[in-house]
Amino acid sequence: MPAEGSGPLADVAPEPGVAKPDPILVVDGVTRRFGGLSAVDVDHLEVQRGLITALIGPNGAGKTTFFNVVTGFDGANSGRWTFDGRSVGGMAAHKVARLGMVRTFQLTKALAKLSVIENMKLGAVGQRGEGFLSALVPTLWRVQEREIEARADSLLERFSLGHMRGEYAGSLSGGQRKLLEMARALMAEPALVMLDEPMAGVNPALTQSLLEHVKALRDEEHRTVVFVEHDMDVVYDISDWVVVMANGRIIAEGTPTAIGANKDVIDAYLGTHHDAPLSEAEEERVLAEIEAVIAKESASD
Amino acid sequence: MAAPASAQDDDAGGDEPTEAARGFLFILVEAEDGGRDEKQPVAEVEITVRSADGEEIGSATTDDEGRWEVPVPGPGRYEAEIDTDSLPEDVELRDDDKQVQPFGLRPGQARTVQFPLGDDPRNVRSTFDEAISLAVAGVNFGLIIAVTAIGLSLIFGTTGLTNFSHGELVAFGSLTAYFLNQTLGIHLVPAALGAMVIGGAFAGSLDLGLWRPLRRRHTGLIAMMVISIGVGLLLRYLYLYQFGGRTRPYGDYAIQDRLDFGRLTITPRDIASILISLGVLIAVGLMLQRTKIGKAMRAVSDNPDLAASSGIDVERVILFVWVAGGALAALGGVLLGLAEQVSWQGGFRLLLLMFAGVTLGGLGTAYGALVGSFIIGLFVQMSTLWISPEIKTVPALVVLILILLVRPQGILGRAERIG
Amino acid sequence: MDWGGIFENTLRAAIAKDAIVFALAAIGLNVHFGYTGLLNFGQAGFVALGAYGTAITVDYYGQSLWLGVLATIASAVVFALLLGVPTLRLRTDYLAIVTIAASEGLRLLLRSVTLGDFTGGSTGLSGFAGDFYSINPLPGGRYGFGPFRYSSDTWWMLTVGWTLVLLATLLVWALMRSPWGRVLKSIREDENAARSLGKNVYYYKMQSLVLGGVIGALGGFVNAVATRSVQPDNYGTAITFFAYTALILGGTARIWGPVVGAMLFWVVISFTEGVLREAIGNEVIPSSFMSTTQVGQVRFMLVGLGLALLMIFRPQGIFGDRRELALDAR
Repeated sequence: MPAEGSGPLADVAPEPGVAKPDPILVVDGVTRRFGGLSAVDVDHLEVQRGLITALIGPNGAGKTTFFNVVTGFDGANSGRWTFDGRSVGGMAAHKVARLGMVRTFQLTKALAKLSVIENMKLGAVGQRGEGFLSALVPTLWRVQEREIEARADSLLERFSLGHMRGEYAGSLSGGQRKLLEMARALMAEPALVMLDEPMAGVNPALTQSLLEHVKALRDEEHRTVVFVEHDMDVVYDISDWVVVMANGRIIAEGTPTAIGANKDVIDAYLGTHHDAPLSEAEEERVLAEIEAVIAKESASD
Repeated sequence: MAAPASAQDDDAGGDEPTEAARGFLFILVEAEDGGRDEKQPVAEVEITVRSADGEEIGSATTDDEGRWEVPVPGPGRYEAEIDTDSLPEDVELRDDDKQVQPFGLRPGQARTVQFPLGDDPRNVRSTFDEAISLAVAGVNFGLIIAVTAIGLSLIFGTTGLTNFSHGELVAFGSLTAYFLNQTLGIHLVPAALGAMVIGGAFAGSLDLGLWRPLRRRHTGLIAMMVISIGVGLLLRYLYLYQFGGRTRPYGDYAIQDRLDFGRLTITPRDIASILISLGVLIAVGLMLQRTKIGKAMRAVSDNPDLAASSGIDVERVILFVWVAGGALAALGGVLLGLAEQVSWQGGFRLLLLMFAGVTLGGLGTAYGALVGSFIIGLFVQMSTLWISPEIKTVPALVVLILILLVRPQGILGRAERIG
Repeated sequence: MDWGGIFENTLRAAIAKDAIVFALAAIGLNVHFGYTGLLNFGQAGFVALGAYGTAITVDYYGQSLWLGVLATIASAVVFALLLGVPTLRLRTDYLAIVTIAASEGLRLLLRSVTLGDFTGGSTGLSGFAGDFYSINPLPGGRYGFGPFRYSSDTWWMLTVGWTLVLLATLLVWALMRSPWGRVLKSIREDENAARSLGKNVYYYKMQSLVLGGVIGALGGFVNAVATRSVQPDNYGTAITFFAYTALILGGTARIWGPVVGAMLFWVVISFTEGVLREAIGNEVIPSSFMSTTQVGQVRFMLVGLGLALLMIFRPQGIFGDRRELALDAR
């Protein structure tokens, strides 16, 4: 774990949009609007290769939309971004994934009626048996399939899911699904793993093991990780760099210590209520928002 | 899938076991009362039939009724030629390319070969007049589709369900009004109001008895769409079982003289239908814009979770949408029955046009459904200027596919987010 | 009541022409709906193209039956592309809407006077099946066992039909155990998950739509040669939903589901109609309550009700797996 004052980003200034020594993902002027609401408006962001970057911010800050945009799951209204030096702006999601930027989802997408091992095997890229005609000739893909299965089994063991390999993925617990989704993403051998709230809804007993897996991605496999998280303890524990979003913008970034010391960030955006049920005042605000959306729509009609 | 009835081989009638070519030569003359054009036979015209390799088989001259017939030796390919010199002086072949016409004969078939003469009837009545009368019919039809499609669109907006049995709510309205009007002898106006009330109640009970329980057990949307197809099939054939396959008119306003406004002629029935649709659509617009339930409906369409968290009773709103949508569908059904007579499958036919309209306007948007449906209705009727009325829904389908290619969210819809 | 006659008819229905046609249509739907999660509500259109592709090629253009079969396959491919290109990037409702509208539009075109020269209008075409029966290698005459006594030509049709069913089943089996099939199933479960793992979802959906459509079209071919005629009104949208009911009855995403389902479907239909007709004939059911023409309508009502009830209570089919049911209940 990087100690205070060491690591590759120790000398990087804790300010929004700051340049990093070896960025794997560079985002420039990306905006995404829904109706009149600006969900994402990021001037500049660089993600350092080989480290764990946390993306935090209050509900509705645009973190998931930002994930969707850079991974090709949603279109941007404007902006450019590069992954590993290649421009991937506007590229289809599956192509982005094949380049090595693989994401998971906030609501897990375990493929319920496929077995756990089939879920895993799906993750491998470049499968010869995935072509229509070659699928009909098993000799073309049997050997590769066995290799993939062996890799999948060893990953399942690592993620303590080995005993579930034959079960339907739909029968796993919420935490196990998170594990499965992360393991499945690794089947694609990604250089950059983007985890959308990997700990959400996970039973506390599993949290620690999940955290260890995330750290292992960096320390043992030298992959880059970006993850969205609400729990500040988790963020402090495993991340090398923290990016704070609010209202679609990046309002602060820095090492966990620097962000932790940034009283304004804590007060303004990470107040204790961010995960609590809506208060009455907030309910009022939500209602007002609905009204505003409706007003805007009728104006544009 | 029954075997075809071979007696239907030729609509000109006849039971001859042998193969033959025949026809009926006529010109169209405008009827004096302004009604349908009349067919006036053309006699003493010679027609020659040859085999495919050019050998003459026989020839015939049209009789006083304009009829001719040439027997041929057996099945195969032939061609028929009309001798244009034998035509009366003031009569010409409509299309010079049609002087020789190839045709094939199956065993036992007697085939009608037509040589259209004189000007195209659509050109006799000026295209402009035809366009005006089609535009009036199109406005009426478009408004009817709009009235019925609002429910379809709002149900989609609030529940996510594309209801493939919505056409059966339309048919329910027209059949209920028929029952009240023709069986119980109630005048059509109160019968239509009654059909709206019963139609709304029927749709509401469908939501309470079927769709709400399904939502509660978190049945998937795809499964619900398949269920809606099953419900539609059940209802449609229940209607056929009860009502029979014939189309029938209502007892009131069925036969009316056309009012004459210069080049525009229109029945009072059509005027009333257009005004009623317009009034209802404006009322629906005001309700969505001004009333509390209307705003709630739009809030639920926009984001059900957000609306629920803000204290709106989503289930109550959905029930209201079903009742209102059912009543509007029933009204549309009555208006459709007035325009085209009552039929057990009128609703299903309309459903496909509703889909085209709603998609054109933007799935899930109330105003989009209205605008899109109106355009589709007008377009369908106007297209019969150029194409045969029997395939008039086909261009609407082409529009549906084109709009999905170019602007899938429809003309008034917003781009959707995925992932 | 002639129970013996009813049971014989019911047994025959299990292997008769309609069971073949709907088995093929349902195998196609199984690829679409069962394995890929595509909501194709226009399988009737594929079946119709299958029938007319052969009929028009042979009857109008005077070409050979083999070219007709090729035309059948080609027209299904084109139809699938036409429907798939605009819709497969969108939510699945759009595919459902466009396919049901296209299949009905196609029927209207087929029966129209405008295209009457090619299609025979509402009468349809006949006289194209000669080539099919002229290559019948089976001995002439009428033979069989038990209730299954058919003419040589019928045996030939049944042989070819069931061979096609077997081949289609084999093809689907081979594909679905491969990584290709795994991608299809993953799209059914969650297309965004498949996308996030680098799968070109649009491309796979298109392949699935084409494959299932072609198999459905072969059903149309069988129907055309078996009845030796094509008629547009035999290819209404109801065909699609008969096939759905058969598929769900037998079990979606099961190799033999559509085949067993189609046989069972016609057994049930034949039995109920047999009983109803007998009951009306013997005045057990008064003719004022139901006439024999209405029996045909009862069929559609039963199918509609059955489809809805199956989808609500046994979406995994009557032989479904308990574990899958448990997953659905989640």
